[in-house]
Amino acid sequence: MNMQLVTGNHAAGHSMSLAAEANRNARGSVCGIYPITPQTEIVEFVARYPFSKGKVIPVESEHSAMGVCIGASLNGARSFTASSSNGLAYMTENIVVAAFYRLPIVMAAVNRTLGPPWNIWADQGDSLMFRDFAWIQLYCDTNQDVADTTLLAFRLAEDKRVMLPVMVCMDAFIVSHTSMEIELATQDQVDRFLPDCKVPHRIDPSHPVTVGGMTVPQDTLTHRIELDEAMRQVPAVLEEHRARFKEIFGREVSGALTVYRTEDADRIFIASGTISISLRDIVDEWREKGEKVGMIKVKQFRPFPCEQLVELCRGASRIGVLDRNYSAGTGGIFWQEVKSCMQGQGEQMIQGYLLGVGGGDVVPETIREVVDDLGNRNAVASPIWKGIEQ
Amino acid sequence: MNAANPEYMSPDCLLRPGNTNCGGCGMSTGLTMLGRALASERYSMVIPACCGIVAAGAFPTTAYNVPVIASTFASSPAVASGVAAVNELNPGKDHRPNHVICWAGDGGTYDIGMATLSAAAERNEDLIYICYDNEIYGNTGGQRSSATPATARTTTTPGGKGETKKEIIQILAAHHIPYAATLSIAHPEDFQAKIQKAIGIKGFRFFLIHAPCPTGWKTEPAESVELVRLAVRSGVFPLYEVFNGVDYRINVEPDGTDPAVYYAKQKRFSGQEINLERVKTSLKRKNRRLRELASLSR
Ligand SMILES: Cc1ncc(C[n+]2csc(CCOP(=O)(O)OP(=O)(O)O)c2C)c(N)n1
Ligand code: SF4
Ligand SMILES: [Mg+2]
Repeated sequence: MNMQLVTGNHAAGHSMSLAAEANRNARGSVCGIYPITPQTEIVEFVARYPFSKGKVIPVESEHSAMGVCIGASLNGARSFTASSSNGLAYMTENIVVAAFYRLPIVMAAVNRTLGPPWNIWADQGDSLMFRDFAWIQLYCDTNQDVADTTLLAFRLAEDKRVMLPVMVCMDAFIVSHTSMEIELATQDQVDRFLPDCKVPHRIDPSHPVTVGGMTVPQDTLTHRIELDEAMRQVPAVLEEHRARFKEIFGREVSGALTVYRTEDADRIFIASGTISISLRDIVDEWREKGEKVGMIKVKQFRPFPCEQLVELCRGASRIGVLDRNYSAGTGGIFWQEVKSCMQGQGEQMIQGYLLGVGGGDVVPETIREVVDDLGNRNAVASPIWKGIEQ
Repeated sequence: MNAANPEYMSPDCLLRPGNTNCGGCGMSTGLTMLGRALASERYSMVIPACCGIVAAGAFPTTAYNVPVIASTFASSPAVASGVAAVNELNPGKDHRPNHVICWAGDGGTYDIGMATLSAAAERNEDLIYICYDNEIYGNTGGQRSSATPATARTTTTPGGKGETKKEIIQILAAHHIPYAATLSIAHPEDFQAKIQKAIGIKGFRFFLIHAPCPTGWKTEPAESVELVRLAVRSGVFPLYEVFNGVDYRINVEPDGTDPAVYYAKQKRFSGQEINLERVKTSLKRKNRRLRELASLSR
């Protein structure tokens, strides 16, 4: 076992580099990189990695970092990058291109509050901006999860049934900068897990095509429907590759949803990222008091695992959704998704809670208040803000 | 993805017949000349938003017979850097060069793509970047760019542009790139020779083509070539090249033709009284400076 004490950033950099190296017998790997706190260490890790067939291009902006990945991927290389917060915002135009060109690019997104005002702490509002552009999004909760999900992301993105980019998201600092002892993959394992990267529509001088020319609306509609079909493949394909991951690495990598003590629960809490780790302990506390409380961790935000969630929540009368993000004028974004899934499913109370928006620390006591609140509540209210100093 | 029909391809035909470009379009002639110069070469192109990508036509057909990637407006040198990096990692058994060419308008070059272009030049990426300069945003209907010459009317400078055109070759030369040069469709031999020179050089190569645009310039389509010939002869658009950012060489000496004719033929200059004496003085100064730089390089 290759146990090491590493940060979340190191875990992401390590897995990306091994994945890149694993493509050395095919067309190699190329990535564009640009720094921004708190993801900088990922691109620094990649920049010093001794690839046998790879090139790292330190560009002048995130827009160009994704531009390089687009060109490289369309020329058949394995491609990846990392960014965060305003860097993601600056990259937006090319983030859209990556998905609409069906490029299997993997990007680590370290969730940091969007500025202004400027603040580097954890908030998922940056990557959630991209929920509507056919990127698969996986939210991780631990360093091990980051290391493993990054590898899984390449396998999923490059699967020909999918051919879509994947964002591997993690909370700023709580994951990116905190060291944990985790099991790191070896090159031999990654070589076995990841087949050569094949981009079927890569450019080829003997068969000249124009990628991304004009279309009439009808053809664009067909394109969007194809994106939808690819997205719908994700749940089954992810499960297949999780199984293969377990065979090769001897451990589980968590899937779309992680369910905890929901069997007979009348109250279910839904959360993602590091909040879900603290929530788990609080669920245990309530269970010890004999209360029927359970939780679901959502990792796969896109495509959103609606049907599974509806099924899992069927027996619960109250559902609390904890969001570390906020869509102005509405509420938390996971809460919105859960609500739209549950529409027409019965009389469940679905209450939204906003925790750690803008990067505040989410301590167990705050989560206890949330669990209490859902139990005592008579009617659903608009999303409840936590962490406001009185 | 739009596919070319190989039946209609001849080896030097880069822009195939049947495209929808305006009559008298200098960009189209530039593409034709480029295709001839590169007839025996292997290459692909990256084209940002501009008339050049519209020229491909609508899916599933394309007017281009080499692989083309449509990039976002500011991104062509970044996307091309990615393409070129993969080519470098995969030289192929024959080791035959696989060039990557950016084909961009002045808007994509002088304006929105400036940072991306500067960065790719500074990294000395192994690319050929060609800006066809029609001195206007043609695709969006004729707005000003920083390549629009002073006094020209555009839809966003209805009274004539007040500012002077940027000197893009000198900006690029200041990046110490191995090769930068201007091209004119009125001088096909010079055009061909300089493209062929460039493909033998490694690193970042930059070309500026003076690309008449009858639609934007309000000129007669039949006079496009004549117009840019006048621009070369009068020193409005000197033909020269710069090696490694320092060695200047003038390819076609201006012959003292009065620039007045060049201006008079274009309705975009008809809005304001043009101070021809001022124009001549500034052209003289510009060309004297060029000659001095060229003489220093000998
Ligand atoms: C980010 C972005 N902003 C604006 C546009 C709209 N747009 C498309 S082409 C163009 C002008 C292009 O001008 P130029 O580069 O000179 O090429 P030309 O049209 O003259 O061939 C503009 C403004 C765009 N496609 N993308
Ligand atoms: S607008 Fe100008 S550059 Fe564009 S196709 Fe027409 S003539 Fe050519
Ligand atoms: Mg233009």
